[in-house]
Amino acid sequence: MLDTQPDPKSDDGYTTADGRKIGGVAMEMKNITLRFGGVVAIKDISFDIRWGEVRAIIGPNGAGKSSMLNVISGFYNPQEGEIIYKGYRRPRMRPYQVARTGIARTFQNIALFEGMSVLDNIMTGRLHHMKANLFQQALWWGKASREEQENREKVEKIIDFLEIQHIRKTPVARLPYGLKKRVELARALAAEPSILLLDEPMAGMNVEEKEDMSRFILDVNDEFGTTTVLIEHDMGVVMDLSDRVVVMDYGKKIGDGTPDEVRNNEEVIKAYLGVAHD
Amino acid sequence: MTVTPEIKLAPEESSIPALLARNARNYGMQTAYREKEFGIWQSWTWAETQGEVRAMALGFLALGMERGDYVAIIGRNRPALYWAMVAAQSVGAIPVPLYQDAVAEEMAYVLDHCGARFVVCGDQEQVDKVIEVQEKVTCIEQILYHDKRGMRKYDHSHMNWLEDVMREGRAAETRFAKELEARTKELTLDHTCVMLYTSGTTGKPKGVVLSNRNIIVTSKNSSEFDHLKPGDEILAYLPMAWVGDFIFAIGQAYWTGFCVNCPESAQTMMTDLREIGPTYYFAPPRIFENMLTTVMIRMEDASPLKRRIFHHFMDFARDVGPKLLDGKDVSLGARLKYRLGHFLVYGPLKDTLGLRRIRVAYTAGEAIGPEIFDFYRSLGINLKQLYGQTEASVFITQQPDGEVRSDTVGVPSPGVEVRIAQSGEVFYRSPGTFESYYKNAESTASTKDAEGWVATGDAGFFEEGSGHLRIIDRAKDVGKLADGRMFAPKYVENKLKFFPNILESVVFGNNRDRCVAFINIDLAAVGSWAERNNIAYSSYQELAGLKRVLDTIQEHVEQVNESVAEDEMLAGCQIHRFLVLHKELDADDGEMTRTRKVRRRIVEEKYADLIDALYGGKDSIYTETEVTYEDGRKGKLKATLEIRDTKVFGAEQKMAAE
Repeated sequence: MLDTQPDPKSDDGYTTADGRKIGGVAMEMKNITLRFGGVVAIKDISFDIRWGEVRAIIGPNGAGKSSMLNVISGFYNPQEGEIIYKGYRRPRMRPYQVARTGIARTFQNIALFEGMSVLDNIMTGRLHHMKANLFQQALWWGKASREEQENREKVEKIIDFLEIQHIRKTPVARLPYGLKKRVELARALAAEPSILLLDEPMAGMNVEEKEDMSRFILDVNDEFGTTTVLIEHDMGVVMDLSDRVVVMDYGKKIGDGTPDEVRNNEEVIKAYLGVAHD
Repeated sequence: MTVTPEIKLAPEESSIPALLARNARNYGMQTAYREKEFGIWQSWTWAETQGEVRAMALGFLALGMERGDYVAIIGRNRPALYWAMVAAQSVGAIPVPLYQDAVAEEMAYVLDHCGARFVVCGDQEQVDKVIEVQEKVTCIEQILYHDKRGMRKYDHSHMNWLEDVMREGRAAETRFAKELEARTKELTLDHTCVMLYTSGTTGKPKGVVLSNRNIIVTSKNSSEFDHLKPGDEILAYLPMAWVGDFIFAIGQAYWTGFCVNCPESAQTMMTDLREIGPTYYFAPPRIFENMLTTVMIRMEDASPLKRRIFHHFMDFARDVGPKLLDGKDVSLGARLKYRLGHFLVYGPLKDTLGLRRIRVAYTAGEAIGPEIFDFYRSLGINLKQLYGQTEASVFITQQPDGEVRSDTVGVPSPGVEVRIAQSGEVFYRSPGTFESYYKNAESTASTKDAEGWVATGDAGFFEEGSGHLRIIDRAKDVGKLADGRMFAPKYVENKLKFFPNILESVVFGNNRDRCVAFINIDLAAVGSWAERNNIAYSSYQELAGLKRVLDTIQEHVEQVNESVAEDEMLAGCQIHRFLVLHKELDADDGEMTRTRKVRRRIVEEKYADLIDALYGGKDSIYTETEVTYEDGRKGKLKATLEIRDTKVFGAEQKMAAE
């Protein structure tokens, strides 16, 4: 997909335990502070996201994880701090503008078009790749039909990849929860994002569905080299999936590093993983 | 050696690769394979197929595949995997297709037993299994896979992407073309065509060695029997390891030159069936049952008017449809009404089921319920039965057009001799009779005698008058009740299974004073009934234990008893007590074979406590059962099952009263 491959010239990347090459910095958050009135949701947080890595944000309820994701996706604009994306400082943007820069997301509570088929839902993910004008679209003439074919081809590859061929024509409203989540992932992938944001992709799933979803997330990263940022509650999943983890608590960053480093970090254990009371 | 009438075949018809070359020459531009991928049916002509197979065969040579090597094939039905089989044959190797849903342990046994040097996998899932198996099985040298997804990180020192192998093959054209030609040319009718492992209701699987003669002569005979021709279409969706798939999708397809269609995924089978509209179709009774259940469930939800039209015309068709199919006399009025019915009901229904273009459809493997069988026949679908087994390259008997009934399995197939032994067991001898069991001379000798007669293990008899074969049961399952009356469990089980609510049943009674039964409910049918009646349930187990469900099942059992009582010989097989099992019998737990036949002995052992309870006087029984999940982990199911007494009829009544 579009310039998501790790920059081979960059020498500040690292190699993961399973041998994947992680590239240079894709996005850097610098001293982000986000306030809602008097409430400080995020307080002076800095971290980076590198090309090709799976980056997790964890923390207890109300720690500011989702707010952080909303800052990245442009839904919230932080009062302080700056976001450096692909080497440039990102100005204030509306969410759709951010989406155009190659950032796609899924939602914690599914946000699909319930009445539309799975295929149509995923096609909406291609919106930014359609250039034909209204007139052409209406008559399905010239560029419009050509574009639809190209886009459909891309979408079909994703359908194949996520193994949802059997529900291609099924209205989303009729699907079980686990499949809806997968359709949402498909739609995000259809946008061919540089950075994929997943907000609790495994919330409310049973063990088998979680296993499937984990495999898909790893496969997406493996196959397309998509940089992935995910928020997740299930610690087992986070530790298995991610290359590096940011831990938040009360809007502050209390830990940052590989899953092992985070797991052994005193403060993190206290805040999130819990300590034995003796 | 087998004494069979010599059938003359040209050298260009003496192996599958030779037939491929012939087809590429004769039907070069006609479609040989289709597969739905990325939402579109991709197709390959016979000429293109030859090119692909050739590239693969050259690639195999480059990897060092030798004559007589065994090549395991694991995956769902895809053109590339069929080609891999033919490519392996082209270089003198022997393909061994495996059941893709087999657990690692079963797979390990087969791979080790045949000593496979090469394994061709469909995708990552199978590769993972093979890698797991490799800890114990050391013979595997190369793993090849078709779908590249998720494979990037694997150690490829002994692993290859099939596409790469083909590319390498094309590049090695000059180097290996001579060698390939020589190896393909030396194949004769006596060379091994394929080795198929029988699932086996008892013991370890056995490798059935089938020669080119077995496969090709059988394919020729059976294709001519049903007038198959180029331009016919089949859907290849049954396990590739099953002999039927090999005969239909390779044997007959290559002999006749018809087109093999592969579905997009296992779940899209019904949609794909509809899109393709095959002209030649095989399905086990289970699939026909499921289709009918789905239709009936959907009709329940239709508007009253539609429901009335449907039932009116279906009742009419049940009477007239089969007669029309058999070419019997039907009045003009009835013919016209059938036409109208076709326009309103039968046509649209067949279209929905994907059976509109069927010329010949077969079912086999298990008995099919007469109502189910008649349902399809009355729609004008030429559904027939055949009787066969792996050792016979499928065909032993089959029903000719116009002589089709639900309770027989037809007359001996062309070239097949059948005789009934004194004991009632069915024996056959045919050009399709297998060569031997691989590395198992003992079993070979006990199954096939010096004159080539093979014991089927089934008890049956030829019906007087029609000359059709009727199968009663597995010979070794037919037993006696304590008082010496005949006990044929399958006979009763089949009657039970013909109720849509009952998925599976196991009847016990050998050497006992009376019969008892385990029942498995059909989740789709019973679940839909529960939904319509506002009955809440959270699991299979709970549904299976509901009082109203048990009441319904009891009614079914009593109906069966009533009909069994009518048959004097088998009246003793009426069911006195039954229980509904808390889990579905499953191949993963070893309770069934991969082709979904109950392994009676294992069920008997595993649920000994339940059987004791059925013969004891208790009303309920607490039990714990070990189950295996799909990923191989084990768990325990706990349940308290209710035991019901049922009404029996005729002479049995006295016994029940005692």
